[in-house]
Amino acid sequence: MDDATIASRIQFAFTLTYHYLFPQLTMSLALMLVIFKTLYLWKGDDRYNIAAQFWAKIFAITFVVGVVTGIPMEFQFGTNWARFSAATGAIIAQTLAMEGAFAFFLESAFLGILLFGERSFGPRVHWLSAVLVWLGTWASGGFIIATNAWMQHPVGYTIQPDGKFALHDYWAVLFNSWIVPEYLHAIGGSVITGSFVLAGLGAYYLLIRRQEEYGKMFCTIGVVVGFIAAALQLFPSGDLEGRQVADHQPAKLAAMEGLFHSESGAGIAILGQPDTTNQRLDNPLIVPKVLSFLTYRNWKARVTGLDSIPRNQWPDNIPFVYFVYHIMVGLGTIFITIMALALLLLWRRRLFESRWMLWLLMLAAPFPFIANSAGWITAEMGRQPWLVYGLQRTVSGTSTMVSAGNVLFTLMGFAGIYLMLGLLYVVLVVQEATRGPHAVESSPDLAEGLTGY
Amino acid sequence: MTTLWFILVAGMLSVYVVLDGFDLGAGVIHLFAAQTDAERRLILRTIGPVWDGNEVWLIAAGGTLFFAFPMLYASGFSGFYLPLIIVLWLLMGRGVAIELRSHLKNPVWSSFWDGVFFLASALLAIFFGAALANVVRGVPLGRNGYFFEPLWTNFDPRSPQPGILDWYTILIGLLACAALTMHGATYVAGKTAGPVNERARRIVFRAWLATVGLTVLGTIATFWIRHSLLTRFGDQPWGLIFPLAALGGLALAGHANARGRERTAFLASSLFLLGLLAATAFSLYPDVLPGIVSANSLTIHNAAAGDYGLKVGLVWWIIGMILAATYSIITYRLFRGRVGMQEGRPS
Repeated sequence: MDDATIASRIQFAFTLTYHYLFPQLTMSLALMLVIFKTLYLWKGDDRYNIAAQFWAKIFAITFVVGVVTGIPMEFQFGTNWARFSAATGAIIAQTLAMEGAFAFFLESAFLGILLFGERSFGPRVHWLSAVLVWLGTWASGGFIIATNAWMQHPVGYTIQPDGKFALHDYWAVLFNSWIVPEYLHAIGGSVITGSFVLAGLGAYYLLIRRQEEYGKMFCTIGVVVGFIAAALQLFPSGDLEGRQVADHQPAKLAAMEGLFHSESGAGIAILGQPDTTNQRLDNPLIVPKVLSFLTYRNWKARVTGLDSIPRNQWPDNIPFVYFVYHIMVGLGTIFITIMALALLLLWRRRLFESRWMLWLLMLAAPFPFIANSAGWITAEMGRQPWLVYGLQRTVSGTSTMVSAGNVLFTLMGFAGIYLMLGLLYVVLVVQEATRGPHAVESSPDLAEGLTGY
Repeated sequence: MTTLWFILVAGMLSVYVVLDGFDLGAGVIHLFAAQTDAERRLILRTIGPVWDGNEVWLIAAGGTLFFAFPMLYASGFSGFYLPLIIVLWLLMGRGVAIELRSHLKNPVWSSFWDGVFFLASALLAIFFGAALANVVRGVPLGRNGYFFEPLWTNFDPRSPQPGILDWYTILIGLLACAALTMHGATYVAGKTAGPVNERARRIVFRAWLATVGLTVLGTIATFWIRHSLLTRFGDQPWGLIFPLAALGGLALAGHANARGRERTAFLASSLFLLGLLAATAFSLYPDVLPGIVSANSLTIHNAAAGDYGLKVGLVWWIIGMILAATYSIITYRLFRGRVGMQEGRPS
């Protein structure tokens, strides 16, 4: 693989993983804002509205970083993956363009009202704005998933004499069977992020014994939503995802599970390091037959291992796919456990005094970002060597006219800018979080309070 | 179908320029029209609720370009690799400067972001103008439909190996900067009162002078670079409506600003921009990216997606645009009127 291709892959992977750190939070915060505004209108308790305004400030900072890191993604298909774009644009750009036309206009128009218009336009318009922003962000996710789903499971196309893909059936692309499991799982992952951030900040306020009423509010909502989201992430969405990968992307499943040899009654590896040279897992801990059952609902089913797949169709980095997948599943399991315990304590009215549980919630807050990233990396690294699964290879999708030197220049530029942007983001969000909702309560001017200007 | 999509994509890009153009213009003028921190925040509040939605037109236009003319998207974006990535970085700087500026009440912090806002806005205007100029001038497309331009070569626009920057593209870049500065100033003037309004109107006048001069120079240079444009307007004289509308808009903008009719000036400035862009699109058609070797040019025929996709796209596109227009009307109506010094709402 030549240098330009490697550099373009690293650039896309880096910019995309970094970008997605922000929308995974904003998609779930959008939901939380709707929850807070609804509770405010329903119960008439001002503190819910203060909470909404507080989280709207964090939402606004996160949203702008998500937007500015997201713009490069739309353009990077063309800049670094020109052959892929020319070949598939007639199909995938339909869903990408729909994201712009439907989701982005919706969310940005009503975000303006959400951040600037509360005093002018009344509580009901404001509530509606929150709902529309939420729908816009979740629709945006949907269209991106539809785009990725086509790359993973191409449908509704014909191949033209010049090798390019033409759109043949629009509805097949829009209702690609790959989409629903992928969307549910991606959105679920995002809701987990938001819940853990909410609960984590709430736990912090309770631990330092300041703004405790908000601490209790954030913990309660975070734990309830978090438990539901974490549980559903395992079943049904994780299960649906796993089974569709097993059905259509056996090489990816084999890499994820470290299954070097096809087996009936295949076991699932809980741990073990893949040794690709010798085609085995070192020090494996395997639960027998479970993999067969999970993928095919049959303890004796035959699961395809890497040895049944031609070498040139293996993902190019088997251990990497294996590890990121196990990180995701491991963390997901830990999330269910943490939220289940917290929910139990909440139900027994002991959560707010259980300092060990509050510490756990606070320290756990960053980890969903890792789990979400690990999940996406599994999906995309496992997709290799394909760009369009089974049809176009990654090495055939690059921009032939762009030299490695140019790509390295831009890669380093992105890395530097994103490092500074990340530091800025952390500084500002930590500042808002430590000031807390009380700062919003005492803010003289509503618009200035939310955006600062 | 391909002609229709040529018009629609050109239209979306033009709407982007008219809308985000005033955000960029506001960024260029805000160091000059606003002297105090409160005045700077005032200018930010004039664009605050709408700038992000305006920027979405770029994304939407880019996505539409991608699905309607995938070969143009692929060839153009990889061929203009460096300036495009730099534009992305500038957009990042502009967006972050607007949103993060007032989150810390620290004069060094706000001055820094004011500087970034100014620089990013000005450079974006120049780059967009230069990008358009590259398309008009033509690019070194090969037989396979791809090309690559370094940032500069010998600054000669008639060279067979041109760079992104040569004296022609820089000239048009400066024209774009002057025009968008004028445009942004008319917007800020219309949305403010008091000293900021007065300064903005003075800037409109100066930017208007610069725009007039650069338009004349730019037009002469364009016809000198591409003689075929003259014959195009000769063959199809109805196309003259576009440059005439542009000139009318420019004249009206200067006149209305002098009379204190800021909204009219803004609309006239928008007409100027639309007329110029329409004239450019008209003169390019049916090329979408002219090649220096004209046989290699990308056209609506060889760069477009298949007919079925274009037809299907039209259906959702129309629905999407109706919705987008609705949201825009709602937003602009809700935030109509001049912005006051203390509050976020129209005063």
